[in-house]
Amino acid sequence: MIPKDIKSYFPILNQEINGHPLVYLDSAATSQKPIQVIEALTNYYNLDNSNVHRGVHTLGNRATDSYEGAREKVRKFINAASMQEIIFMRGTTTALNTVAGGYGRQNIVEGDEIVITYMEHHSNIIPWQQLAKDKGAVLKYIELEADGTISIEKAREAITAKTKIVSVMYVSNVLGSINPVKEIAKIAHENGAIMVVDGAQAAPHMKIDVQDLDCDFFAFSGHKMCAPTGIGVLYGKKALLENMEPVEFGGEMIDFVGLQESTWKELPWKFEGGTPIIAGAIGLGAAIDFLEEIGLDNIAAHEHHLAGYAMDQLSTIDGLTIFGPTDPMKRCGLVTFNLDDVHPHDVATVLDMSGIAVRAGHHCAQPLMKWLQVTATARASFYMYNDEADIDALVAGLRSAKEYFGDVF
Amino acid sequence: MSFNNLDQLYRSVIMDHYKNPRNKGSLDENTVTIDMNNPTCGDRIHLTLKLNDGIVEDAKFDGEGCSISMSSASMMTQIVKGKKLDEALELAGIFSKMMLGEDFDDEKYDLGDVEALQGVAKFPARIKCATLAWKAMEKGVNNEKN
Repeated sequence: MIPKDIKSYFPILNQEINGHPLVYLDSAATSQKPIQVIEALTNYYNLDNSNVHRGVHTLGNRATDSYEGAREKVRKFINAASMQEIIFMRGTTTALNTVAGGYGRQNIVEGDEIVITYMEHHSNIIPWQQLAKDKGAVLKYIELEADGTISIEKAREAITAKTKIVSVMYVSNVLGSINPVKEIAKIAHENGAIMVVDGAQAAPHMKIDVQDLDCDFFAFSGHKMCAPTGIGVLYGKKALLENMEPVEFGGEMIDFVGLQESTWKELPWKFEGGTPIIAGAIGLGAAIDFLEEIGLDNIAAHEHHLAGYAMDQLSTIDGLTIFGPTDPMKRCGLVTFNLDDVHPHDVATVLDMSGIAVRAGHHCAQPLMKWLQVTATARASFYMYNDEADIDALVAGLRSAKEYFGDVF
Repeated sequence: MSFNNLDQLYRSVIMDHYKNPRNKGSLDENTVTIDMNNPTCGDRIHLTLKLNDGIVEDAKFDGEGCSISMSSASMMTQIVKGKKLDEALELAGIFSKMMLGEDFDDEKYDLGDVEALQGVAKFPARIKCATLAWKAMEKGVNNEKN
């Protein structure tokens, strides 16, 4: 169960927007932050702020302990085998670019295949496009089923002996669908390819076990899971990371620097050039504590329930189309839709006037928009702090939007 | 629910241009073509201008987007037709000021329906929707002048 007073942990939710209580339905873009995370940041800056891994002084030790403590929390959170496999980065985008620019650049040659899907976020498309262009490799897409899911059969067709990298999102930020990444990883490995998982929309909402998934890399962002912006994680299997060259060079990541040549620190620090994102990592650690206190299973169950309730309620509106799988158990807590004759931007503006925040646009997934044959959609996304009343407000707001645009036409 | 604020944004004249866009389509001959999009939201415009002897003789647009972007495109094509190139650029400047909520010269030209878009300035997230077509026109005219 989610605690009844959950909203009270999120100070930002206690305000009015355009004369109405805020109904925040845009957590897939970024989640709100609980007081525990805000306090962790304040405490760090009030009491412990210092650079890490270098000072002999007490503050330096405290900052280093907190920073490395956060790494251990992340390790446990995704069940990685070792802390050496947890690299702090700016977010999912940087993590995926690091895999493409590090592992990809070292291992991809002309004629190799990289396989992704039509539903990927731009951050899991463009790094591979650039890599394929540079190396003369082929970028292939796994086709989607009619309901926007990925079938094992289609994955098998796309992944061949020529495939060197497969990269798939765990949960779609548009369709909400939970993809069979564990099964796809198996197919990738059977063909001698590595498996990269974009976990940005999964890590906030369900238990992650990178060893069970048997993925080679896993990327996610803190800000979608109650942590601050600017902190994210790249997980990689130790054997792969050890053979991978850093992408960023500078302070913190070196072992010995000579005039013509240098050597790197051991894992994970060789990938963390420059002063690291200390406060961000500590904030992420506090967010993980918070999520684990609520319970990831509770969060997932709550979101399945809200997704089901939202789909039921939204279907009562004439002319409303919902995208993605119809079974709420096959999706996370978000619903993407369009309202006949009313453009998603107009929908979002009308809802905003009622204090309801939703996302409108292409959601950084232009190839998927093309596949869906739409230019834009509206999306309501839920988190632990949303409830049925929020969805009722959304439905009432959409009815008003329909009425309003019906009237003015 | 009260939508008084919304009425400032969605005036009936805007809705009329959205539902019955003027100058929709594409000019075939002797035209300047500009394609522009708003990468953050997916709105796109395909604008064709017939520019002769320093005058915008004809303008048509095609595209996809919200009520604000499409009605603004419709109004823009309406007002620039028959204007000299410099006048068209001046109108784009006036429109830009209007969107920024700055004072603008409302005497030199009869802005007509375009004035209905003034309310957009109060909705910062929607200003880019309104300016897309004008930016496309500005680009096309500037290319021709240079």
